[in-house]
Amino acid sequence: MILALQLSHFSAAALFALFFSIVFGITQRNTTEEMVKYGAYCFAMAIGGLFVAGWVMWLLHH
Amino acid sequence: MAKTETTTPDAQPTAAAVPLTPIATIAPLIGWLIPGAGHLIQKRWIRGLLLMASIVCMFAIGVAMQGKVYKSNTGDLLDILGFVGDLGSGAVYFLARIMDWGGTAITAANADYGTKFIVVAGLLNVMAAVDAYHIAIGKKQ
Repeated sequence: MILALQLSHFSAAALFALFFSIVFGITQRNTTEEMVKYGAYCFAMAIGGLFVAGWVMWLLHH
Repeated sequence: MAKTETTTPDAQPTAAAVPLTPIATIAPLIGWLIPGAGHLIQKRWIRGLLLMASIVCMFAIGVAMQGKVYKSNTGDLLDILGFVGDLGSGAVYFLARIMDWGGTAITAANADYGTKFIVVAGLLNVMAAVDAYHIAIGKKQ
């Protein structure tokens, strides 16, 4: 394998959130408007959860 | 005296049977084999392209992160589950196996993330294929 991508934990999680939010938005709702809203909601919750989890880990560490 | 109609619990309406049309069979199969194609053949162009881009990119990023592409015959239960997840990607998985892409052993955190990307790409593709089926049977627009 030639390509070896090195992503930080945050970058990897953000990309993961982006892709699964798109698929969830499209597959879990019926109209275009609902799809966009639900996709944005999933993405926001994932990124928000990422920050919360990060701060919890920081607090546990210190 | 007029006869009154009585209802019993057995008389409740049942769900109408879904006719198995050719498109209802082909759409999920094509959608599984080629991510997003189940939507594309039903002229849901934007949805199909977004699904294709998301799932293929997710799989490709997983491979580029040296994620493990599971094989079928390892015998380990977790490996079998990983294989089932990977298999959801359809042709992309077979291409990865043919080209021998991905890492063989997970030696770094980055490769572990990559492995999850590959498995989840497959699972998301299954969701997309089911969605294509729902469009084909008219359950969804």
